Amino acid sequence: MNWLEFFAMKGYALYVWGSYGIALFVLIVETLLVRHRRQITLQQLRLLREAENPE
Amino acid sequence: MAINWFKYAAPSTFYGLAGKLIPWLAWPAAILFCAGMYIGFFVAPTDAVQSEAYRIIFIHVPASILSMFVYLIMAGYAALGLIFNTRLSSMMASALAPTGALFAFISLWTGALWGKPMWGAWWVWDARLTSELILLFLYLGFISLHASIEDPRRADRASALLAIVGSVNVPIIYFSVKWWNTLHQGSTVKLSGTSMHIAMQHAMFTMLAAMWLYVIAISLARVRSIILERERSTQWVAELAEVKQ
Repeated sequence: MNWLEFFAMKGYALYVWGSYGIALFVLIVETLLVRHRRQITLQQLRLLREAENPE
Repeated sequence: MAINWFKYAAPSTFYGLAGKLIPWLAWPAAILFCAGMYIGFFVAPTDAVQSEAYRIIFIHVPASILSMFVYLIMAGYAALGLIFNTRLSSMMASALAPTGALFAFISLWTGALWGKPMWGAWWVWDARLTSELILLFLYLGFISLHASIEDPRRADRASALLAIVGSVNVPIIYFSVKWWNTLHQGSTVKLSGTSMHIAMQHAMFTMLAAMWLYVIAISLARVRSIILERERSTQWVAELAEVKQ
């Protein structure tokens, strides 16, 4: 199978890849945001802990 | 010996359990997603009527199904939190809302990109599309209402009420293609005349399974942060290894 032909999707490339591209992008960004939120939360908890028990 | 299920209703025990479950859900989700994409693009044949454009179905239908299911689960958790005053249920409802909103968005977006080549319009104000748009607004309403109230327990109760009332919209979306004359095709998917090709079904259900696992994994990951934020003044949070380091 020809790859150029595959990506052309018989003229529907914009619609097919536009759907899959945005969906994948949304899910990857969501994963990164959830990971980021965890790091921020843990960081804040460590600061809170330090503020409460100064060495 | 009976397992004490209520043990996991406590945020402190659920936090650890969720952490252990996430990799067991996330990796199968990624593998099934790749398998679904492979079947959808290389095994499933070209459609006789819609040519290659129909391949949007493998992302559009599972995302739409989940946008509705996640709403019902979210409203269910919110209702549990409201009735039994359980903190964890309300936290789960908050953790599910952003993911549900994103799936509603994916459903609308892929629908628009499918509608344009097939119907000649990105958007029509028809019953199916409009009720799905309302679903997205309900998710956004739930998130913003919760964020606008400072006391988290009061925020839980107010947004739970909104979620419960809004769940009336889910059967409206589901039955909209039967109740009204609509451009959107019915739920019995009949491509190329008779019925859906077996490989197309395989691709669609593999993608649906992948997205289900993704939803559970991502909401468990999100609820862990919510638990930590809302339990920050407790002893068990202060004693966690990841906080102590």
